[in-house]
Amino acid sequence: MDTIVVMKASDNVATCLKDLAANQLAEVKLDGHRQSVTLQNDIPFGHKIALVDIAQGDEVLKYAEVIGVASQPITAGEHVHVHNVESIRARGDKI
Amino acid sequence: MTTFMGYRRPDGRVGVRNIVAIVSAMDNTNACANRIADIVAHAVPITTPFGRTQIGHDFEMTLRTLAGIGAHPNVAAVLVLGLSLTSANTLADRIRPSGKPVEVLGLQEAGSTMGLTMAGVRVAADLTVAASEQTREPCEFADLTVAVECGGSDTTSGIASNPTVGLFADRFIDAGGTIVLSEPAEFMGAEHILAERAVDPEDGQRIRDMVKWFEDEAKRNGVDMRGTNPTPDNIEGGLTTLEEKSLGAIAKGGSRPIVEVIDYSEPATKRGLVVMNTPSAACESMTGLLGGGSQMIIFSTGRGNAIGAPISPTIKITGNPHTAAVMKENIDVDVSAIISDSEPLETAANRLWDQMLKIAQGKLTRCEVLQEDQLSVSRFGPSV
Repeated sequence: MDTIVVMKASDNVATCLKDLAANQLAEVKLDGHRQSVTLQNDIPFGHKIALVDIAQGDEVLKYAEVIGVASQPITAGEHVHVHNVESIRARGDKI
Repeated sequence: MTTFMGYRRPDGRVGVRNIVAIVSAMDNTNACANRIADIVAHAVPITTPFGRTQIGHDFEMTLRTLAGIGAHPNVAAVLVLGLSLTSANTLADRIRPSGKPVEVLGLQEAGSTMGLTMAGVRVAADLTVAASEQTREPCEFADLTVAVECGGSDTTSGIASNPTVGLFADRFIDAGGTIVLSEPAEFMGAEHILAERAVDPEDGQRIRDMVKWFEDEAKRNGVDMRGTNPTPDNIEGGLTTLEEKSLGAIAKGGSRPIVEVIDYSEPATKRGLVVMNTPSAACESMTGLLGGGSQMIIFSTGRGNAIGAPISPTIKITGNPHTAAVMKENIDVDVSAIISDSEPLETAANRLWDQMLKIAQGKLTRCEVLQEDQLSVSRFGPSV
């Protein structure tokens, strides 16, 4: 399998299947095309990166479905995880 | 191949194991059930901390689950223990329609726990000797219900192991079998996809309602569910939100239509893909799956979760190369080559199929060999 996997063409995040170091130029296959993205952080195995800039409050898409919203602005190549994405479901803390 | 060698029971159902179950009707005979099963080979204790002073829906769930496990086709014969013969028979009467040998013993009638243990060992030994005469005969996949479960998930679950299980599920249904998908709280964010696959629109609405019930419960507690679900190990494994986890989790259910939606520990009445309402904790969920009669459980893990069920073989599958290496003593099917090499999902699903068939016919799972088995009947109300 590729080192960085995009589940569906409309996704704005991809999953890294190796530990990857910051500042390296990573290649992502998207819809048959190759795209390069510079990693902004060290990315552990199994974690996600942004493929494009995502504005605060914008939907984060994986499997062509909404997995949450950006809780702060995210730039392409940045680590995408609990520090910058929040769930929009079962938020008892927001009632 | 759509046939396998199994144990045909008096009610026509088919087992993949030939177990004598020592079922404790409630908390106060658990220790005796465990002692009897320690002494008698091939006997398995079925225990619960609850039962006594449970009422209404909660008591019915406990009874239905324990009765379902007693009547389960992997069980050849049952010894039910109760504090009194009355409480033992309340449960045993719900197992007897299965036609298998069902014996009862009461602690108060036996006089003491030592008396109950000694009497129970004698009965269980006789049941075990008799059960060992049963032989396997050719059976159809239409006689089999396989549950698909996941635990200790990470992002490899949604990329490798769950899609492999999903492909297996499609083929198994096409071969006449039934697949049960459970844990609706982990449909949250993906429930619209499953709801649209329900043949009966009312079942689609039931799926949405089940997820809403769990979401309302989480909200009622006034907290962000993240940290509980996804769990800390899910998050370390790269899963960011419950929505992401759910979208990966439902891949286990493959792509076939949903023919039925059932409650906790209810048996499926239709063949195909069935959804059961269970909590997300694997132990509680698998106990409900046993109560409903699933003869095998395929358990997909990412970060690694070794829990298994008694009675029904639990087949562990992982697509995480690290887990496959460090936890291999607990893993039955390693599909990590999907990620670390270039194994297609199709060949991974073929390998899962081969193992399922072997395990159905007696090959032991890692959970069985290491006795990684736990039970917990789920409950939703207080005892009174």
